Amino acid sequence: MLRLEKRPQPSKAWTYAAPLLAVVITILLGGVLFWLLGKDPIAATRMIFWDPLFGDFAAFYLPELLIKAAPLILIAIGLSFGFQAGIWNIGAEGQYIIGAICAAGVALAFYPLEARWMIFPLMIVAGIAGGAAWAMIPALLRVYFKTNEILVSLMLVYVAEVLINAFSVGLMRNPDGMGFPGSRSLKEYPAAANGDLFPNLGSFGSGIHWGVITALFAVVVAYVFLTRHRFGFNVRLAGQSPRAAAFSGVNPNRLIILCMVLSGGMAGLAGMFEVAGPSGQILGSFPAYYGFTAIIVAFLGRLHPIGIMLAGLLMALTYIGGDAALQPLQLPSASIQVFQGMLLFSLLAVDVLTNYRIRFSKGAIA
Amino acid sequence: MSNLLLQLKGLTKGYPGVVANKDVTFDIRKGEVHALLGENGAGKSTLVKTIYGLVHPDSGSMTLEDAPYRPADPRAARNSGVAMVFQHFSLFDALNVAENIALGMENPPSQRDLAAKITEVSELYGLPLDPSRIVGDLSAGERQRVEIIRCLLQDPKLLIMDEPTSVLTPQEVDILFETLNKLRNEGTAILYISHKLKEIRTLCDHATILRLGEVVGTCVPAETLARDMAELMVGGTLHVPERAPTEAGDVILSLKGLSAPAPTEFGTPLRNINVEVRRGEILGIGGVAGNGQDELLLALSGEMPTPAGMVSFQDKDISQMRPNGRRALGLLSAPEERMGHAAAPDMTLIENGFLTAETRMGLSKNGFLQWGKARAYAEKVIQTFDVRTPSPDNAARSLSGGNLQKFVIGREILQDPEVLIVNQPTWGVDAAAAASIRQALLDLAANGSAVICISQDLDELMEISDRFAALNGGALSEPRPAQGLTVDEIGLMLGGAHDMEVAHVEA
Repeated sequence: MLRLEKRPQPSKAWTYAAPLLAVVITILLGGVLFWLLGKDPIAATRMIFWDPLFGDFAAFYLPELLIKAAPLILIAIGLSFGFQAGIWNIGAEGQYIIGAICAAGVALAFYPLEARWMIFPLMIVAGIAGGAAWAMIPALLRVYFKTNEILVSLMLVYVAEVLINAFSVGLMRNPDGMGFPGSRSLKEYPAAANGDLFPNLGSFGSGIHWGVITALFAVVVAYVFLTRHRFGFNVRLAGQSPRAAAFSGVNPNRLIILCMVLSGGMAGLAGMFEVAGPSGQILGSFPAYYGFTAIIVAFLGRLHPIGIMLAGLLMALTYIGGDAALQPLQLPSASIQVFQGMLLFSLLAVDVLTNYRIRFSKGAIA
Repeated sequence: MSNLLLQLKGLTKGYPGVVANKDVTFDIRKGEVHALLGENGAGKSTLVKTIYGLVHPDSGSMTLEDAPYRPADPRAARNSGVAMVFQHFSLFDALNVAENIALGMENPPSQRDLAAKITEVSELYGLPLDPSRIVGDLSAGERQRVEIIRCLLQDPKLLIMDEPTSVLTPQEVDILFETLNKLRNEGTAILYISHKLKEIRTLCDHATILRLGEVVGTCVPAETLARDMAELMVGGTLHVPERAPTEAGDVILSLKGLSAPAPTEFGTPLRNINVEVRRGEILGIGGVAGNGQDELLLALSGEMPTPAGMVSFQDKDISQMRPNGRRALGLLSAPEERMGHAAAPDMTLIENGFLTAETRMGLSKNGFLQWGKARAYAEKVIQTFDVRTPSPDNAARSLSGGNLQKFVIGREILQDPEVLIVNQPTWGVDAAAAASIRQALLDLAANGSAVICISQDLDELMEISDRFAALNGGALSEPRPAQGLTVDEIGLMLGGAHDMEVAHVEA
């Protein structure tokens, strides 16, 4: 008979081994899934996880990898603080959308003024402010009315999706767009564009835009704050034992607002970089579920900045590899989301081993 | 038919890393009160859980009335006539007494019949209890009565009681003893677990003493010196704290009309508490659990701010100040609950040291932690207070309760407080460590700090306090000099007997 026994201390080894094991389990389960769909499991796995990095077209895929990973890492870093403190912002997707709308709004308001030194920074500020304001709604409702921030933040995602649809056919529609939905292309507006900073690096560009650099910077800053600053300490303390945190002098309401604003601001910032660069315009199809996928990235990365960076790159790989494999293998497009979901579930399952050990015992347990 | 009720032969039970019981052998006779004596961690709980069917021994056997006894679960134990009153009550606050008792029964009778039965049994044994009252409104002593009556309704042959007096006032203890004596005279055997030697000497016929899972002695308590029993329990000589006579200095902390609503649904509101604490004195605050001890600590530590003017420190109003501001002034505290309140279980001892010592010990700079200093401070606490742990990198939850308590108290004392408030400073700590904690509190007062010691252990309070006051229903009695107080006076200060009365029926 199997029995779980709580470890006296969380296992250090399993803390790091669990995500790796989860990835292996996901790849195996994914193979089974492809096999059931009647595809060659080895070829499919290879096409998703190997070819984008080391295949013939790696020069095309690597910049894409950075472009996809940057928003995931930015959002996940922001979420990781709240998640460690037990504050569950599930609505990063909504904050990401609102950040994009606000940033695009600033750019479109100044169009066609050529003042990048002013417009681009203003867009950054607007993106952060928009995402943070959207996250303030569940934060304040929780602090003053004890609502559940999981539900409120999640429902606000759907509000944000309706808003971006409305803006793309209403207020922000391109006046020169012959009636098609969607705003002007910010990619083609030099004062606002968030383009490739090193376009001549490699045959398909470097993929490095301001968002990539910011994401890397965020990893470093988050690491320092988490391990060396009182804020990171308070966050961990509040998550592990709220009463000990209150005893230590942490103000729980202030912490809720700080964590929500931080995660919302980061999500809004990611939305700004996305709408000014890779995506390029306000359109109903702008949401790409980065805000939800980032939740998986945060947990897969152990809520640790370095882990989140690696997990973000891995998750970006499943996007790109999945896209690449769709056509030749005739996979349903939902299979990538199934893949990402499996990754989260295997992680949660394997995670049990960090805090518990399995014991085999004979006899019945009374 | 023999006189023996329950015989234990060579009971052994091991858990990973420790042997909880090792070859435990003793007998319980019919109609005796048998004491099981030992320090925390001596294996008392494991042993009684074995008898009650909650734990299955690795080896050894039991016989009940000459028949093999091997209960598979507590239900089997109850069917064999073994009942147990736990230290922590398992009652639902929102249900009434009869409903709570019905929940534990196999085939509960109708509520009306049950209520009649409860009233009958409670009057018979001098434990008056209204079956229709809501448990959430009962005092701890009354809740215990619910548990006892629940057991008595089963007409047990053996009643196990785990530390029953820890929540009672002295008067309530007297009445409980009357009830137990009556049960004994009717032929019920009682296994009485405690570490309070005085009680055992007045109540028990035989005592079995456990240390580190083994039986180290048996005795007739009435004929044995308390000191000898204590030394058997501890396995060495006991150090009694010494105190130098101190003179009380200036008033450093004063509470004026301190009142606060209950922070939780079943908490206790604080009612108009007035007291002044002077440098160099220890103010002992006694009281039965749940009479406002936790709330008083929250109001003093700063976790529960109160309206302006109620708490002042050296004439400065600090009622609204948060914990770190109070720490900066020198007002430190150590709450009762170690795991999860005084310390974060999953954090290392270094981090747990930082938890309260950041401000006073300068463990951070511009908000950035200085791990080197934090480690040095944790190591100093571990060394000074003899905390048994492999390293300061270990998680707090890996320490035993007593060791963690030493760390928590030491963490505050080494910060050189002006005022230290402790709640249950030696709860669950072994006798030797308890003596050293009390000594540390006395030394602190001797050096001119003020100490407020909230405790349910009256012996402890009498040993170290200069003045004594009691919390009852959230109100604090007028403090009186501790020297010369009699047990009866203390009992009256604690709120008397909470409507208890002595058994009606002469046995």
